[in-house]
Amino acid sequence: MNGKHIGWIVLLLIGLVAPFVVYPVLVMKILCFALFACAFNLLLGYTGLLSFGHAAFLGSAGYICGYAMQGLGLSPELGLLAGSAGAAVLGFIFGSLAIRRAGIYFAMITLALAQLVFFLALQFPFTGGEDGMQGIPRGRLFGLIDLADTMNMYFFVLAVFLFGFWVIDRAIDSPFGQVLKAIRENEPRAISLGYDVDRYKLLAFVLSAALAGLAGATKTLVFQLASLTDVHWHMSGEVVLMTLLGGVGTVFGPIVGATIVVSLQNYGAELGQWVTVLTGVIFVVCVLAFRRGVVGEVALLIKRSGIRP
Amino acid sequence: MDIFGIPIQALMGQLLIGLINGSFYAILSLGLAIIFGLLNIINFAHGALYMMGAFCAWIGLNWLGLNYWVALIAVPVVVGAFGMLIERTMLKHLYKLDHLYGLLLTFGLALIIEGLFRYRFGISGESYPVPELLAGGFNLGFMFLPKYRAWVIAVSLVVCFGSWFIIERTKLGSYLRAGTENPQLLQAFGINVPLMITLTYGFGVALAAFAGVLAAPVLQVNPVMGSNLIIVVFAVVVIGGMGSIMGSIVTGLGLGLIEGLTKVFYPEASAVVIFVIMGIVLLLRPAGLFGRER
Repeated sequence: MNGKHIGWIVLLLIGLVAPFVVYPVLVMKILCFALFACAFNLLLGYTGLLSFGHAAFLGSAGYICGYAMQGLGLSPELGLLAGSAGAAVLGFIFGSLAIRRAGIYFAMITLALAQLVFFLALQFPFTGGEDGMQGIPRGRLFGLIDLADTMNMYFFVLAVFLFGFWVIDRAIDSPFGQVLKAIRENEPRAISLGYDVDRYKLLAFVLSAALAGLAGATKTLVFQLASLTDVHWHMSGEVVLMTLLGGVGTVFGPIVGATIVVSLQNYGAELGQWVTVLTGVIFVVCVLAFRRGVVGEVALLIKRSGIRP
Repeated sequence: MDIFGIPIQALMGQLLIGLINGSFYAILSLGLAIIFGLLNIINFAHGALYMMGAFCAWIGLNWLGLNYWVALIAVPVVVGAFGMLIERTMLKHLYKLDHLYGLLLTFGLALIIEGLFRYRFGISGESYPVPELLAGGFNLGFMFLPKYRAWVIAVSLVVCFGSWFIIERTKLGSYLRAGTENPQLLQAFGINVPLMITLTYGFGVALAAFAGVLAAPVLQVNPVMGSNLIIVVFAVVVIGGMGSIMGSIVTGLGLGLIEGLTKVFYPEASAVVIFVIMGIVLLLRPAGLFGRER
């Protein structure tokens, strides 16, 4: 049994107990953002690509899922599938354009493309513009389980999260993941070894976008709402913050980061305008003094203390 | 008189606004390019510092009674000094790290600056009066040209080409270009490179603040004016490539004009046209119009 197995068991236990201790909707929100951050971390932490436009996938999957449920009357599992597929297609378009440039340009291109999606979401008639889509039904899962019940919904969200997290975990440990890490460490060397680097980057981008979309579609089901907040560039910044705070390139870091940031926003609601300032301060502190993030620092402490997990 | 069914006054009016926006794109992308060249940092806070320039002008007028002309000189100096303080205390610790950390740190700074101004001023915005000397306008027969708008375009062009001249044609500029190519070698020749980096960042920031003061009387002075602008400027930078100063100026002005024209002929697309052009440029010429393939 190694550290990761312990992590999985702890995660599962917390997931099962949490809704009986904390307000379940808050835990569902944390799970959605944790999946979003893990999907983002697949790119930043394991491929070394900083996407500053991930809100586009979260938000547009939310709209697509909302339209599938409300406009077409599909069941929730098909709604999630449609949302993820839509985000994957969008990810393919973003990825094909953005991987043409490296490093800092990659971040600027994804940010600009996400802003394009924001303006489209503002103008398309079916998104409801400034008001967003409201009163989206949760529906019955596989036609059997009524998701209007909070606990049913909670365990469905937990299952979706664990599925997404498992996919990411598998991808990281697979030969595919090893190639991604090689690209992160030394791209020219990966090319010289004969890997088609652009194809790997694109595949990682599409996978990350699809899972971010899964998170966005699930979030829409939970809150029965799809709005412009989820496609705004603030959201793209927030997912970077969650990942950075939790630990870039660590398996569990983004989950910790998402938990901290969402709790902060929830319990710090009376901070009002100061939330933006506080977010900025956390960014600055993380970059200057805390680049390993919470999980990265803890892992380092364990390593230094000589305990073999 | 109509062109393609559009009254010429409307066409010229939009072109003028396009040219003004283009001037701001040019000044901001110029500053981003200079900073990136030497510091290897994309300054996400550039938009926030532009907003800060506009607000400092407003504060100078309403709280301290300093007029527009004083603000035009004093605000870039003050905000530029603030920029140098940021460089000395924070950015200088990042030069050995991945470029991405610079982007993330300045993103955090942008949030802090924007958040503080939003806390103090709300998001509704303040208006800044056009200075008396530049009130009114010229009647050119086919259109009415407000004096202030003509002034913004003229002074922006002077600043852009002045910067180009300093960087490409003077000794000081040759140090800057040498530092972009190889800072170690320049240091070995006895130039104080860290000081030069600080001054360069200060200069780039001062340019952004200057654009902010110019913008104050034309646009609403508003805490989110910077973040709306910076994303468009990023697209401008991707389209033009950061390799050339003249490239930044031409791309900025050109895209402003195109945006203005889109507002006339197809208003629904005016918010997205620059991003669409960015996509097309990436497909056809990934390094950007003036960029070099690495």
